[in-house]
Amino acid sequence: MMKMILTGNESAAWGARLSRPKVIAAYPITPQTSIIETIAAFIANGEMDARYIRVESEHSAMAACIAAQNTGVRTFTATSAHGLALMHEVLIWASGARLPIVMSVVNRAMAPPWSVWTDQLDTMAERDSGWIQLYTQNNQEVLDSIIMSYKIAEKHNILLPSMVIEDAFILSHTAEAVDIPDQRKVDDFLGEYEPAFKLDPEDPAGFGSLIMPEGPYMEFRYKMALAMEDAKKEIRKVVDEYNETFGRDYQPFIEEYRTEDADAVLLVLGTIGSTAKDVVDRMREKGKKVGVARVRYFRPFPTEDIRALAKKVDMIGVADRSYSFGPGADLFAETRSVLYKHTDIPVKNYVMGLGGRDITPAILEKVFDDMLSVAKEGVADKEIEWVGLHGDERWST
Amino acid sequence: MRKLTIPEEEHMLPGHTACLGCGATIAMRYVLKALGKNTVLSIPACCWAVIPGVYPHRALNVPLLYTAFEVTGAAISGIREALDALGKEDVNVVGFAGDGGTADIGLQALSAAMERGHNVFYIMYDNEAYMNTGIQRSGSTPPGAWTTTTPGGKKRMYKWEPKKSVAEIMVAHNIPYVATATIAYPEDMIAKLRRAKEIKGPKFIQIFSPCPTGWRHPPDKTVEVSRLAVQTNAFPLYEVVNGKYRITVKPKNPKPIKEYLKLQGRFRHLTEEEIARIQEYVNENWKALLKKERCSQED
Amino acid sequence: MPIILPEDPTPIAKVPSTENKTGGWRTFRPVVHYEKCIRCYICWKFCPEPAIFFAPPDKHPAPKEALAKFDTIEINYDYCKGCGICANECPVKAIEMVFEESAGGEE
Repeated sequence: MMKMILTGNESAAWGARLSRPKVIAAYPITPQTSIIETIAAFIANGEMDARYIRVESEHSAMAACIAAQNTGVRTFTATSAHGLALMHEVLIWASGARLPIVMSVVNRAMAPPWSVWTDQLDTMAERDSGWIQLYTQNNQEVLDSIIMSYKIAEKHNILLPSMVIEDAFILSHTAEAVDIPDQRKVDDFLGEYEPAFKLDPEDPAGFGSLIMPEGPYMEFRYKMALAMEDAKKEIRKVVDEYNETFGRDYQPFIEEYRTEDADAVLLVLGTIGSTAKDVVDRMREKGKKVGVARVRYFRPFPTEDIRALAKKVDMIGVADRSYSFGPGADLFAETRSVLYKHTDIPVKNYVMGLGGRDITPAILEKVFDDMLSVAKEGVADKEIEWVGLHGDERWST
Repeated sequence: MRKLTIPEEEHMLPGHTACLGCGATIAMRYVLKALGKNTVLSIPACCWAVIPGVYPHRALNVPLLYTAFEVTGAAISGIREALDALGKEDVNVVGFAGDGGTADIGLQALSAAMERGHNVFYIMYDNEAYMNTGIQRSGSTPPGAWTTTTPGGKKRMYKWEPKKSVAEIMVAHNIPYVATATIAYPEDMIAKLRRAKEIKGPKFIQIFSPCPTGWRHPPDKTVEVSRLAVQTNAFPLYEVVNGKYRITVKPKNPKPIKEYLKLQGRFRHLTEEEIARIQEYVNENWKALLKKERCSQED
Repeated sequence: MPIILPEDPTPIAKVPSTENKTGGWRTFRPVVHYEKCIRCYICWKFCPEPAIFFAPPDKHPAPKEALAKFDTIEINYDYCKGCGICANECPVKAIEMVFEESAGGEE
């Protein structure tokens, strides 16, 4: 057991190192680059035994991981924003090919306008890709989640690639104290990679061939749906096991903070959650009964946990750090969808922090106040609120 | 008893769904004969992604990874590194892609794989267009050719740009082995593949593979068209070993390009003047190749 | 009724394509005139399927004694698509492309 001061990216690199992937595809993009640089240093110093492919684009990074994983080894890569978007075609390929690749994604805004700061559109846009998606809120969680993700994904009834997501700069470049688990304990926890299938001259087969409409295309997709659903059970099991083995206390799907008797709860992804906890404490001191529920897994979507939460509170506010140009942003739209006919409490979307705009405690206090007034009215004044636009006096602090 | 000039063992199964007289299947047949069973293939979207047949059929006795269109260079890099990590360095890793997936959309990944120096084969089977999607022009389509995206019409909008030479691009990457080959010369092709197999590093071979469907010639003429391409210098056969060029088939009296063009419907619209220009283009390329051979052989 | 799902998680093609008898594609079939065949195996060399295989030397007549000890060839009509490359390449024109007689393409 060793504690180091690590940035989120260094934590991701350590998570990868401890998981012993055999092939790493590396391509730089701000603000992920120090993940692959740290890994390069590990390998160069003989501290990590992995083949390092310095690919020429993110699309190739994922393609190389797919090919290597299909050959029968554990792989890892990392990307962000436009890199993730460039990989889009092959992200879908990786999940359809049922390859348990684990990838670090640093949430960064999409251009134009050109921004390197934190925003969740890049990963939200991949919610259809068939990847497991997990949002983290501190560097310890980044490291731990990578290890847990391999274990969950590699189960032969799951076999879905996973992204472990961290906020740009707030986590990626900010240093915190992180406990680095003992390598041998991680080896015992993860075990050797056992591929469900692989390219093998002794057993020639074609992987990913043409299929007719009457062939089992739908059935293969249905199997993926079943796997994503089964992942919920596996996630619970693995998180429990990890907590026990390594002395953590992660809640598998939603990290609830002071929601038990809350009038209004803010649903949130990523580091807004940790700021929100502070604000909740402050507001509780003033007698305002608010809570925060930080969603970890967006895929699989924590339907049951959100429905259970809705039973306890009078109002749910959903913070989204992206926008989908549809009926609200994505966490809001999916939350409201699973609550349909399960609750008639008001649910309101707070779109905030796009392009890395800072979400300060003061802003969150105003958001919570707005939520409490909605809770009191029993109905939302409007469904979608853009928080903190220039000139909007209601949010100025 | 039988006297064969190429290895006997087959690694390709009949029952595949290639067109009658497909040059690309002949190419694959020879590639596998030369490299043997201890091989893994990576095939992108192209005719060969469809030829093995519909799931659950396989037409090869070697494992085949079907991939997205532009990724062959990246995929073979991933397979190679994974196999090496597993201690299986003796397994041949072969990317087998069409000209569209190599000269155009796949060029970036190919270039990077070659530059990184992985011990892999990249085989571009060149049927001079995007054939799988129905005969569209690629960078490898020769000047004068009809395709569906250079359909001629009133504006005579055929492909007039010169054929992109991926082999020469590969030579510029300084990889240890580059070669051109074609199906009418199987012994030459297999010798080249065997020579390449001895080399550790990136190896590129461009296999000229006539396509009756896209070139508009009768299916029984596939091998003849391939032979004429060499005999007219339309597609010279050479290898470049560590930068040294060697032309492996040198027609003593090259036939006029017309002999090659007249067999193919994709050229039937050409005027005498255009044919003369194409003859000049072929002559210039041949002269340039001879010069490269001479210069590179000098110490 | 229970849903039928593939056993594999992703399409893994293992069934040999030999299940697919492409002989039904033919319009013309190659007919070997063995009395001309010099057993050079050029037809075997160029067949794209491959649908030409070796047969024992005495299975068919040889044009001359010196050739009688060499294996002869046969066309596998289950797979031959009738492309005609064998006929076109044969140096002694021992293979003739004949219009496929019956509609079903049966021998």
